[in-house]
Amino acid sequence: MTDALNAILVIVLVMNLFVLGTSRILAVINTVATQGALLGVIPLLVHTHLTISVVLTSVAAIVLKGVVIPSIMIRALRDAEIKREVEPLIGLLPSIMLGALATAFALLFAGELPLAGEHQSALLVPTSIASVLVGFIILTSRFKALSQVIGYLVLENGIFIFGMLLIDAMPLLVEMGVLLDLFVGIFVICIIVNHINRAFSSLDTRLLASLKE
Amino acid sequence: MAFVALAIPSNRYRPLLLPITAIAHTSMTVFALTRPDLLTTNEWLMLDPPGRIVLLLVSTLFLLCSFYTVGYLKIKVDRSNRAFTACLLSFIGVVSLVTWSHHLGLMWVAIEATTLVTAPLIYFNQNQRSIEATWKYLLIGSVGIALALLGTFFIAYASLHEGLESTLTFDDVLRIAPKLSKPWLHAGFILLLVGYGTKMGLAPMHTWKPDAYGEAPGVVGALLAGGVTSCAFLALLRFYHICHVAGDSDFTAKLLLFLGIFSMALAGVFMVGQRDFKRMLAYSSVEHMGILVLGLGIGGPALFGTMLHVITNGLTKGVLFLSAGNIHRSFGSKSTDQVRGALRRLPLSGTLFLAGFLAITGSPPFGPFISEFAILNGAFAADRFVVAGLFLFLLLVVFIGMGATVLHVVQGRAGPAENQVPYRDGFLTAAPALVCMLLVLMLGLYIPPPLRRLIEDAVLYLEAKP
Repeated sequence: MTDALNAILVIVLVMNLFVLGTSRILAVINTVATQGALLGVIPLLVHTHLTISVVLTSVAAIVLKGVVIPSIMIRALRDAEIKREVEPLIGLLPSIMLGALATAFALLFAGELPLAGEHQSALLVPTSIASVLVGFIILTSRFKALSQVIGYLVLENGIFIFGMLLIDAMPLLVEMGVLLDLFVGIFVICIIVNHINRAFSSLDTRLLASLKE
Repeated sequence: MAFVALAIPSNRYRPLLLPITAIAHTSMTVFALTRPDLLTTNEWLMLDPPGRIVLLLVSTLFLLCSFYTVGYLKIKVDRSNRAFTACLLSFIGVVSLVTWSHHLGLMWVAIEATTLVTAPLIYFNQNQRSIEATWKYLLIGSVGIALALLGTFFIAYASLHEGLESTLTFDDVLRIAPKLSKPWLHAGFILLLVGYGTKMGLAPMHTWKPDAYGEAPGVVGALLAGGVTSCAFLALLRFYHICHVAGDSDFTAKLLLFLGIFSMALAGVFMVGQRDFKRMLAYSSVEHMGILVLGLGIGGPALFGTMLHVITNGLTKGVLFLSAGNIHRSFGSKSTDQVRGALRRLPLSGTLFLAGFLAITGSPPFGPFISEFAILNGAFAADRFVVAGLFLFLLLVVFIGMGATVLHVVQGRAGPAENQVPYRDGFLTAAPALVCMLLVLMLGLYIPPPLRRLIEDAVLYLEAKP
């Protein structure tokens, strides 16, 4: 059980680095979609006895993160007619290095954390922290509006992993509410992205700089 | 109600739904506050005393704003208001959910929903600047709120770590609070302070605020500054309560005091020489959020003032944003280079703007004076003389900075170069701000006994250790 879980989490970590090191936005969206779908499988593994609510959460997460959100984003991408993230603030190779450092830090740091006994062997907590950090790196170092949305998704995935520790505390309704908020959020963001594209003929957020002191 | 709004095809009659909903909401709020015994509650949805205060504030503010909106949308008939009306109606729904929710996860969902329904409201003017403001608001707000979710998880993990059953129901968490694992509780509180602090607009997470408030229509600014920020403060209050019961007041007090002073100082710096009067109001909001967390940081004796300040600040912000919206519309500009002599051109809105400024900077005899004075008194009673001194000094800086801009706007003679729409104060756009101002004045002179009892209940509730 723990082995399968850890295998998934290692794949998630590798995907984080891949997202950091790729400039083609379509590939990045697909990777994050796969990552989200993989994470949706985790609730099934964490729980020894399957209840309806666990299965529902899992299915909803897979459908939403693996299918719905990526298709919205790909549509926004097609409308915007861009392919690559050019000239990020931090180059692709340095950002992979930074991501690797963040992952290593997360692994070391999680070792120091006072965790409850049954969570010490699994990679849940370090993967969660690493994903949150990688999400922040993407958010701050990329300039295309869609890339920043991807950063937000990776961050959210990291939080989702941490939430796996507490699936008993989160009732089904709240779990669904979190997913619904995520969905509506991405939906609204993509509409705004379209408007940015129409108004500025570009998705470069550096153009959004007329409001300052 | 939001769905009804989407279904009504007429642009002209749709906004009338707003006052109808608002009246229904306010009467239900009053009913809920006077006859709490008749309400069905469960462990997820319950109206506790701090929630009551915020609900009362938001309901009043929304009622006034709904009338204003009808007038506002009449001016802007050329633009479809379908999304605008629907979002406003959902706004009051999710905000009420925040005040009612007694489950930390549910509360998070509701607060995130407030971000999402207000984003299209900021975008109402559909130009490049408002896109930029909306984008920053959405991205910064969502990331901040995501951190708050992580913080909420940390709090839940704090109970799991100690071998207790993990739970996020507020009452259960309060009950087991003293037993929670300290490192996780502290880490969680810091994340929550950053997360909900972003939503409140505390410095240094305030960067979205001047942009969003500057570009949003005045009525949206009023609802954001009076409603959304108060909800985020309520969320923070709940976690402060948990830490307080857990016996960690010293730890939280340090953080809250620091952020409070820092917000006030930063707002003061940016307010001096501010040329855009709507952005100036945003910094004033940063300052007042600073005052709220400062009051929370002082704790005990200052809590009464803090809870009162939630109400007085919310209402005064309503006056300021509504009248600033009117001035903006009349002059077609919000820069002090072009706007002069608002008192002559718009006697009512200009006067209200000036009175709102006097009120928000804490001049007697208005409401904020009483609440700020109570917080100051609390600071002295808690032997925090340095904090009290800084508090007074920063209030003075803000008064001078804000005063320069406001006086520039209202005084003098309006230049002849104005080629803008001939806007004059109408009943629907001026009366709500006037009523709001009268409420602020009333709170300064006399606090009605039911309200006083409500606030005292809240203070008792926050200080009690079950």
